[in-house]
Amino acid sequence: MPGSASYAILFLGTLLEALVVLCAIKRKVLRRYFVLNLYMVLCLAVSWGRHYVLARDGFGSLNYRYFYFYSDALLTIVLYFSLISLYLSVFEEMKVGRYLRLGALTLLAGTSWFTYAVVSQSSHKILTYFAFELSQNLYFVGLVLTYVLWAAVLKMRQTPTLLVQLVLSLGVYFSFFAACYALSNLHPTLYARVSIFFPVVGCLLPLSWAYAFWRVPNDARLTPARLAMAGVPR
Amino acid sequence: MIAALVLGCSIVFFLQFFVPYCRSVIAASSNHVLSPEVRDVTGLTNPASGEDFRRVVQLLHLCPDRPEDRGEIRAIGVYFGMLNALKSLSRSIAPKVRTWTENELGRCTYFAAVALDRRVAFSRDLLAQQIEA
Repeated sequence: MPGSASYAILFLGTLLEALVVLCAIKRKVLRRYFVLNLYMVLCLAVSWGRHYVLARDGFGSLNYRYFYFYSDALLTIVLYFSLISLYLSVFEEMKVGRYLRLGALTLLAGTSWFTYAVVSQSSHKILTYFAFELSQNLYFVGLVLTYVLWAAVLKMRQTPTLLVQLVLSLGVYFSFFAACYALSNLHPTLYARVSIFFPVVGCLLPLSWAYAFWRVPNDARLTPARLAMAGVPR
Repeated sequence: MIAALVLGCSIVFFLQFFVPYCRSVIAASSNHVLSPEVRDVTGLTNPASGEDFRRVVQLLHLCPDRPEDRGEIRAIGVYFGMLNALKSLSRSIAPKVRTWTENELGRCTYFAAVALDRRVAFSRDLLAQQIEA
């Protein structure tokens, strides 16, 4: 059974997810960042569902494991679309929304196909393993896409500070998870140790988004190039 | 091999995101004008020095906690540690980098002072509401 610290982190994460949506409503950016908020609402629902299954069937039960991995895959897909919605915000003025959506769906389908091709050769529990592998692969795809988005944002003269912070915090989140998954693939015995950090890092994304929605004024803008590491003298 | 490559890329990407994120948080608070009380209490010079960071953070921890800025204060703390390490490394090798890190350390201190100012204002508002009630 998870200890009281795990419950406390789970509760804190749920609280922060609710805080993100509340902050977005208060700052009147709910519609502008709708998919991001939808992701947070889904996180809330999944947290509640996990708690319910955990209380009913226990931590070691198959039901809990299935629920955990399937819900994680679902959340990762919604997070992927949240990232695409940030792309749509950044490239709003270029009127390329249709192509971005098409590209995003093609990439998702490609990642799913690749995952299926790998999983079908190595496991008999295809569906569960597929959900788990798809999450991992999407984290890396998300990381690369966030990096590309950040590179595009860096080229812009003035960008809303809120958007910059949302993109960067998503990048930190994706890269941390991608690193953790890669580490556990490198040494499978490390997964149990690495996974301890997942709920803690999971709290960081809602925390940074809540902070951004709460603290950053809607009209604040900055020059992204000034934030890049390229600004460091050599 | 692929896992090692992904791990390496992820760590590099992590730094590429984390550093600009910290700088964006600092930049967002750099326009905030500190109240005279906080300036007196912290004794900040203009521009702020990195040497005062730990003292300002200690003062910050004396104020009632606010969940929405906790993560940012921690992130800037980590960034401060990274900058300190860079400053030590670049001491004799690259004086330009050293000057830049000193400026950044000062900006971290200013961010901590702004967070302190906000917490003091928040506590003051809470107290005023309690007195009114």
